[in-house]
Amino acid sequence: MAFRIIVLAKQVPDTRNVGEDAMTSDGTVNRAALPAIYNPEDLNALEQALLIKDKYADTEIIILTMGPPRAADIIRESMFRDADSGYLVTDKRFAGADTLATSYVISKAVEKIGNYDLILSGRQAIDGDTAQVGPQTAEKLKLPQITYAEEIIDIKKDKVTVKRRLERGVEVVESSLPALITVHSSAEKCRPKNAKLYMKYKHAKTPTELQTIADDYLNQSVRNKDYLQIEELSVDDLKCDIQKIGLAGSPTKVKKIDNVVLQSKDSKVIRDNDTEIRQLMQDLITNHTLG
Amino acid sequence: MNNICVYCEIEDGVVADVSLELVSKASKLASELNCEVEAVVISSGTEKIAEQITPYGADTIHIADDKRLHPYTTLPHAAVLTDIINRKKPQIVLVGATSVGRDLAPRIASELRCGLTADCTDLVIGDYSDPKSGREYKNLLYQIRPAFGGNIIATIVNPETRPQMATVREGVMKKEKTAKQHKTKIEKIDTMKILDNVNFAVKIIERHIEPRKVNLGAAQIIVAGGFGVGSKEGFDLLNDLAKIVGGEVGASRAAVDAGYADHSRQIGQTGVTVRPKLYIACGISGAIQHRAGMDSSAQIISINTDPEAPINSIADVTLVGDLHSVIPKMIKFYKEQSK
Ligand SMILES: Cc1cc2nc3c(=O)[nH]c(=O)nc-3n(C[C@H](O)[C@H](O)[C@H](O)COP(=O)(O)OP(=O)(O)OC[C@H]3O[C@@H](n4cnc5c(N)ncnc54)[C@H](O)[C@@H]3O)c2cc1C
Repeated sequence: MAFRIIVLAKQVPDTRNVGEDAMTSDGTVNRAALPAIYNPEDLNALEQALLIKDKYADTEIIILTMGPPRAADIIRESMFRDADSGYLVTDKRFAGADTLATSYVISKAVEKIGNYDLILSGRQAIDGDTAQVGPQTAEKLKLPQITYAEEIIDIKKDKVTVKRRLERGVEVVESSLPALITVHSSAEKCRPKNAKLYMKYKHAKTPTELQTIADDYLNQSVRNKDYLQIEELSVDDLKCDIQKIGLAGSPTKVKKIDNVVLQSKDSKVIRDNDTEIRQLMQDLITNHTLG
Repeated sequence: MNNICVYCEIEDGVVADVSLELVSKASKLASELNCEVEAVVISSGTEKIAEQITPYGADTIHIADDKRLHPYTTLPHAAVLTDIINRKKPQIVLVGATSVGRDLAPRIASELRCGLTADCTDLVIGDYSDPKSGREYKNLLYQIRPAFGGNIIATIVNPETRPQMATVREGVMKKEKTAKQHKTKIEKIDTMKILDNVNFAVKIIERHIEPRKVNLGAAQIIVAGGFGVGSKEGFDLLNDLAKIVGGEVGASRAAVDAGYADHSRQIGQTGVTVRPKLYIACGISGAIQHRAGMDSSAQIISINTDPEAPINSIADVTLVGDLHSVIPKMIKFYKEQSK
């Protein structure tokens, strides 16, 4: 048995470590000041695909990412871990997309890649935390969705069994294939990069990147190897309906962005000694906060 | 009239708190918009469900009762809810930001091609003028949510598409019974007309849902511990204090991530939102994402070794010291004086 798996992965600003310098004076976030990383739960999703490939060696893993040209990094990062190929969906006209417009474009790209058994993605991306793109893509493709997967227990030609992590428990479900599965952070962590694969794929390039390689010899040697080609897909390649992409295709509009204001109070400061703590407890009892 | 629709989540024959909170909120928004609230119940064995929802202000309750609808799976619930939305054309649809709601809402928003905002922390009615077209829109739903890891607050609107959809976490809205007696209409839904085999592509084989152990939302006093508590054993001390003052124990995400406390106790943007009478923060620095879940507590006491900890600026009382020394004293003096 072998499977053709598409993994949806995103490059995100690392919002977990937002330093003072990452906030501009008007309270908005300076994206450029944040390091771009592989969205953590997308790595969990990639690992689930790799585990299937461990079992069924002829399995093919295709990475699909949408973003600016530098998001090609995500595809290389995946190749270093044993993904087979990748598509970068990139076009200035996609800018300003909300989750609905994004899922439309991703579903068009998935249709173009075609002939898949399974789509995997992270549950959510840390720059928005919406967890919407997975289910919305599933709906656009009319596929069953399985969210919050912790483990793919078993996969057969037309059936997958998945353990889901819910707020207060777990569920084991079975679905027909093809299906779309979103993977939870409690799933197996992704394996590290493999040194051999790194050597093999470090020159993998998109056509845009190839144009910037001045070294003719390197340029030619990359062009000669099929496995080093990262495909780029544009609005035209995907025959997208212009009304459904970018800002025009996004029903949600940002009305305004506010800084988080600290409403500070006059705090009474007391020290760690018997007198002050006894007084505090007495006050809490007297004013009926306690007791 | 275009009403407000609330999807009510059911577990073990009980309507989830978050759904009742949303019905309460919807009923306030509805009186501003001069429209009605329609609750939607999709489950099986629903005889005792309507009476749980009515006091919070639903004008109509749509009930789809079918064995195949419990436990929740995405496709049949999506089909039924979409059917209701297509028939009733509500202007607003609210769903709890639970594992169920966050699975269901995007599926429906995609099908209806409408906007959806996840994890709103506030919902307000207001006007909007489009900066490009200059068009004016009256009475839109402002969907307010933290963005970028909680570092900014965004106000989102859906000027053109309907319904305007939002998910909201538990505890963010207040659960309040309405003053006026509601005459609630019940509308039964014929699921046979809506569901077919393709809706059952996913089958549940096994299911283990633990009963809710903690109910932070209902607690009047919360003793919350952070990374500064230092260990699981350290939380025993917090338990002791919570027990004698009749409170619940909460935790910061750092404490949960470190394994000191269970995830169900996490307070903040990605946990529950609480507004107790008294919040005692022990060894919590007070990151934006933590404050988002507790800053409307009536009184806040911060116990922290760092006099400059950000939490202190929203605390009524800052107790500068090591919690391991402070808490035993609080317990001792409380016992002495409450006798
Ligand atoms: C998208 C996103 C969502 C998040 N959601 C949440 C959320 O829902 N809830 C949440 O809590 N966090 C959340 N966080 C994490 C948040 O940013 C902070 O990392 C976290 O709240 C820090 O927890 P803490 O205050 O316990 O730990 P720390 O920041 O490490 O603070 C520990 C504090 O303990 C004090 N201390 C140390 N030792 C002692 C002692 N012996 N006695 C007394 N005081 C002591 C220290 O002075 C310090 O102030 C989120 C982050 C992101 C990016």
